[in-house]
Amino acid sequence: MNSIAEFFDMGGYALYVWGSFGVTALLMALEPVLLRKRRADILKRLDRMARMNVGRSE
Amino acid sequence: MSSRIVHWFRFSSPATFYPLAGKLIPWFTAAAVVLIAVGLYMSFFVAPTDYKQGEGYRIIFVHVPAAWMSMFIYLVMAAWSAIGLVFNTRLSAMMARALAPTGAMFTFLALWTGAFWGKPMWGTWWVWDARLTSELILFFLYIGFIALTSAIDDARRADRAGAILALVGVVNIPIIYYSVKWWNTLHQGATIRIGEESSMGTTMLITMLIMAVGFWMYSIAVALSRVRSVILERERNATWVAEAIKAEAR
Repeated sequence: MNSIAEFFDMGGYALYVWGSFGVTALLMALEPVLLRKRRADILKRLDRMARMNVGRSE
Repeated sequence: MSSRIVHWFRFSSPATFYPLAGKLIPWFTAAAVVLIAVGLYMSFFVAPTDYKQGEGYRIIFVHVPAAWMSMFIYLVMAAWSAIGLVFNTRLSAMMARALAPTGAMFTFLALWTGAFWGKPMWGTWWVWDARLTSELILFFLYIGFIALTSAIDDARRADRAGAILALVGVVNIPIIYYSVKWWNTLHQGATIRIGEESSMGTTMLITMLIMAVGFWMYSIAVALSRVRSVILERERNATWVAEAIKAEAR
């Protein structure tokens, strides 16, 4: 492989190689983002629950 | 005798496992990032061009690790399900549920990258042959497990139903693995056979193994992260939850 264009061409297999690596990278980057959001959501909910309980006991 | 059993079961308590998982996640994440970075570099710049498939073969470096993880995660999920059914431990079912989405993702990726490899090499995106069909069934098993466990409101009953589905479906794993041997298929034979010499070059093999271990570390990190959310969601009324969150925020 000599040039950048040649690299991205992947010997004519560009669509297939980048289609495979691209979607794999996309999903493996997306999953941790979704997990972080899920954790933030449940923490927010727990926080709300805790404050409601404090209000009740007072 | 009993003290040993108690010690072992200590980690099956969500309250003990939650902080432990939190401490482990950064290590597995770091290992995954480093291994996958090295693996990607080797995939494109170190591994030589294949004499038959040119640059197209490089799909193997994501296809095979994804396919391995799709089967391995299912086995781990089934093992946790069995433990949960036998010992009635809450954490086991939570682990099984935490693994399912990641397993489904890798199964999808195995099918997707397989299609993108099949098109240039076989001339078709898809064939209904034994390997591809059994892998598609694995995808449906994951989806079925997720749908079933989330459709039942009672968490303990959902756990049991999911565990039985996971254990029945485990029969599909040897079928996938040996499908290339048992049936005439378009799919090539196993790349690595236990007790035999590998059919690929050493550099390619090492690259693939690095990617596979990287995917493995990734899977552990995301599964631990997801199980922590599952624990919080299901144990939200337990007193330890508030204390654990406060301790971590400090």
